[in-house]
Amino acid sequence: MAALKTKKAAPAADQKSRRDFIVVATYSMGAVGAGAFAWPLIDQMNPAADTLALASIEVDVSKIAEGQSITLKWRGKPVFIRHRTKTEIDEALRDDALNMRDPQVDSDRVQKPEYLVVLGVCTHLGCVPLGQKVGEVRGEYDGWFCPCHGSHYDSSGRIRKGPAPTNLEIPPYAFLSDEVIKIG
Amino acid sequence: MSANQFKNPVVRWIDHRLPIFSFLNHEATEYPTPKNLNYFWNFGSLAGISLVIMIITGIVLSMNYTAHVDYAFDSVERIMRDVNHGWLLRYIHMNGASFFFIVVFIHIFRGLYYGSYKAPRELLWMLGVVILLLMMATAFMGYVLPWGQMSFWGATVITNLFSALPFVGEGIVTWLWGGFSVDNPTLNRFFSLHYLLPFVIVGVVILHLVALHRFGSNNPLGIDTRGPQDTIPFHPYYTIKDFFGLSVFLTFFAAAVFFFPNFMGHPDNYIPANALQTPAHIVPEWYFLPFYAILRAVPDKLGGVLAMFGAIAVLFILPWLDSSPVRSGRFRPIFKIFFWVFFADCLVLGYIGAMPAEGIYVVIGRVATVWYFLHFLLILPILSVAETPRPLPQSISTPIFGGAGAMAGAAAAPKRKVE
Repeated sequence: MAALKTKKAAPAADQKSRRDFIVVATYSMGAVGAGAFAWPLIDQMNPAADTLALASIEVDVSKIAEGQSITLKWRGKPVFIRHRTKTEIDEALRDDALNMRDPQVDSDRVQKPEYLVVLGVCTHLGCVPLGQKVGEVRGEYDGWFCPCHGSHYDSSGRIRKGPAPTNLEIPPYAFLSDEVIKIG
Repeated sequence: MSANQFKNPVVRWIDHRLPIFSFLNHEATEYPTPKNLNYFWNFGSLAGISLVIMIITGIVLSMNYTAHVDYAFDSVERIMRDVNHGWLLRYIHMNGASFFFIVVFIHIFRGLYYGSYKAPRELLWMLGVVILLLMMATAFMGYVLPWGQMSFWGATVITNLFSALPFVGEGIVTWLWGGFSVDNPTLNRFFSLHYLLPFVIVGVVILHLVALHRFGSNNPLGIDTRGPQDTIPFHPYYTIKDFFGLSVFLTFFAAAVFFFPNFMGHPDNYIPANALQTPAHIVPEWYFLPFYAILRAVPDKLGGVLAMFGAIAVLFILPWLDSSPVRSGRFRPIFKIFFWVFFADCLVLGYIGAMPAEGIYVVIGRVATVWYFLHFLLILPILSVAETPRPLPQSISTPIFGGAGAMAGAAAAPKRKVE
């Protein structure tokens, strides 16, 4: 605005700057209005209220036998809950001290050592790793194996081998009682 | 118009190869426009903006809509309750259709009064009628999508219009439905076409604008511009006027969206479609009412349908029905009276369309329908030769003989220097 004013320095300079002010104010109000109108158009693509309402699930883990795993759907993604055997827990604890890509001790990854709750989504490019069902490949570390690009996870869901950058993610969850977990 | 008029070197470089800036400058900035346009000339730009609003809100609504008979109604309710700002987007789209028609109807009556359809703007007018037809088709199919009772029965009644055609009628209706009644295939194709047609409208609007810019806007005096003293550049004079008009328009629009969003709708459309029960009182959306009245006025199935389509078709040949050399109704004392009678006739038809087809309403509807066609087919051709128009001003700059003319011309000159 100042630049315009000096460029057109003339007897009418005073009037000119007033007009400039109106022009700038008009454009500003227009921009504010356009922004206010644009926001609903953008925000409608965010999760709707009913989608958010489905964002938590409850599950009774007492029915999972030792050594068995179940797969649940939470927010459209698989959640693995494994009732770990003594051997699996020991393996995980034993490896705590090893040098890993994404170092984390097993006790930081579980609330109760028997139950491991992880998102069944490979941290590489989002495939679902194998190892939930009896007879499926579990990888070299007694955990999960992602068939897409060969990532091996251990019995604590930590990345041990392959291209994935981080451990299997732990969803937010809490034990509502000894037997019921609320995920989300 | 040479490329070097632009200061910015990038703009100049592009413009030399792709003269888009020269084009915009020529058609949207310098574009010489009659200096005497009144506020009725705002409605063209308002219609264009309405179209843009409808397309934008429509695209985002379609992201949340499901075109299936089992899900359509619920998906619309989900938009209203759960989708972020969904209620706002849907109410804008829903009321936007009504406001689009309000604006377009005023635009059309403006053209009728000031003779904007006359040579050399006949094609401009006819393209406008094509746009009106496309709008009606689009609006009708859009109204079907929420799959409420009015959606379903509106679709049933309107598609059944084609069954009136001899021999091929039944086949056409089955083809339109994709079955033996309005059902899922119908809903799916209506959704597809409802998404497609607005873009077809955009195409015809571009042709409408090309035809407009060939000879420029008509004006309230209905006489040709005779040189630079009769025109002002479109920008900033008419852009600012259009923006002012837009802000007034948006005020009314926002008032409807926020305070009376369902005023122009029907409560029955919030009842899910039921193929086994028709609502007691079925009427189309308000903007179809005059045509609906014409349909019902003729006591014959095929005749009614032909009359209804004829009411639009007659607009196509209007430039040749009214052959008076004088464009503006201002200088046609008798035409002016008949214009307002015709205007009132259209309002009466709209009223009758909303009333049940019985008793006095049928009689009034028939009289109004006959008058509608008489106006175009008899009154206008007769007036073209029988009426003595008042003398026309010599030019836009001299609207009154002598006197003020010189002053108006003098006032216009410095205005152009400012630009």
